[in-house]
Amino acid sequence: MRSVIDIVDLTTEELDGLIKTAIDIIDNPKKYSEICHGKKLATLFFEPSTRTRMSFEAAMYELGGNVISMTDAASSSASKGESVSDTAKTVSCYADIIAMRHPKEGAAFVAAKAASIPVINAGDGGHCHPTQTLADLLTIYREKGRFNNLTVGLCGDLKFGRTVHSLINALSRYEGIKFVLISPDELKLPSYVKRDSIKAKNIPYVQTTDLESAMPELDILYMTRVQRERFFNEEDYLRLKDSYILTPDKLKNAKNELSIMHPLPRVNEISIAIDDDPRACYFKQVLNGKYMRMALILKLLKEAGTI
Amino acid sequence: MNIDSIQNGVVIDHIAAGCGMKLFNLLGLDGLDASVAIIKNVQSKKMGKKDIIKIDADIDLNLDVIGYVDPDATVNIIKNGVLTEKMSIDMPETLVNVIKCKNPRCITSCEQELDQIFRLSDRANKEYRCLYCETKAK
Repeated sequence: MRSVIDIVDLTTEELDGLIKTAIDIIDNPKKYSEICHGKKLATLFFEPSTRTRMSFEAAMYELGGNVISMTDAASSSASKGESVSDTAKTVSCYADIIAMRHPKEGAAFVAAKAASIPVINAGDGGHCHPTQTLADLLTIYREKGRFNNLTVGLCGDLKFGRTVHSLINALSRYEGIKFVLISPDELKLPSYVKRDSIKAKNIPYVQTTDLESAMPELDILYMTRVQRERFFNEEDYLRLKDSYILTPDKLKNAKNELSIMHPLPRVNEISIAIDDDPRACYFKQVLNGKYMRMALILKLLKEAGTI
Repeated sequence: MNIDSIQNGVVIDHIAAGCGMKLFNLLGLDGLDASVAIIKNVQSKKMGKKDIIKIDADIDLNLDVIGYVDPDATVNIIKNGVLTEKMSIDMPETLVNVIKCKNPRCITSCEQELDQIFRLSDRANKEYRCLYCETKAK
């Protein structure tokens, strides 16, 4: 059974296909409004999430399907000690497809092995979050019209930021990409991501701690939040959380065509004064995420022979 | 230093110096009811120093474990005091239930019944990563 756990589970051709479907959904929503009639998406969220769960649910409703939810892990059988595998097998009896978020890394992989229906990883700890990357890719495509020949700045927590790792992985497949990695020393991109996704493909990159000096050459600036939940030590979190705060002043040397992205939620790393700047794309990303989730649900249900 | 030669058993030779004890532990040889000798820092023309393990019992060893600890080690099978087979070892593509993932965020840290599976991610650097969370084996 085909599941999507990591963005690398999808080939470049499949990514292009998903983007094509998403664009078609945007242009012809009625064509898709009943396509999943009678089908059920189960959202299994073992840790809190508002936007991702609602995005999946909205996606399924807009495809004409229904949603069954486990909204609170504390009231589920998981709190009684049920394994992820057993939960996945059980839910396979009720639903046609699963979207799952879990605090433990690898949990979605375990669920996909056990389930008899497709599983979409909606985030497994600090590991993977492929549908956020799909949202990011559609946003880049709609803003830039291409994936090649882009200088992409990634700023903030590049160590624990799973969306950053996945986006680097996805973009590294295209020609003419340059990465500018902007982070404090403690939150630098892990060496294995650099080795496997950047160096192995001879992709040019710059590593810096200075956001403002990097700004003029960027086509895309991808800001991230320093995530409290990824730190074992509160002191480290407090020391690093305000490393980069994007303000209008810092954008004065930026290109007019810059696209400012953020996986959200933000805390204070992008000033709200930037929200009205036409270069701000982060709320467009949210909407694009829903369209890409619709496209992915459709693809997996079609491959499973469900629709 | 004299160690008796064995009649029926296995000699793991050319183990990188310092890796003998790790291999002994991972192979679970402490639970074996037979004579086992770990010889450390043996002079070797080829390697300078090496470790050797001699097992005086005709047992099946998990070659994946040996390949993980030291793929350059050799395994010699002794029968009736004669060397009957000399096996060279390769790094296994997958390691199952040999080592444990140390990442406290990994699903295997809370679901104990899951197999501990590691995949060879970088042959040149002898690097293995957890199949679930992709954390590097330590």
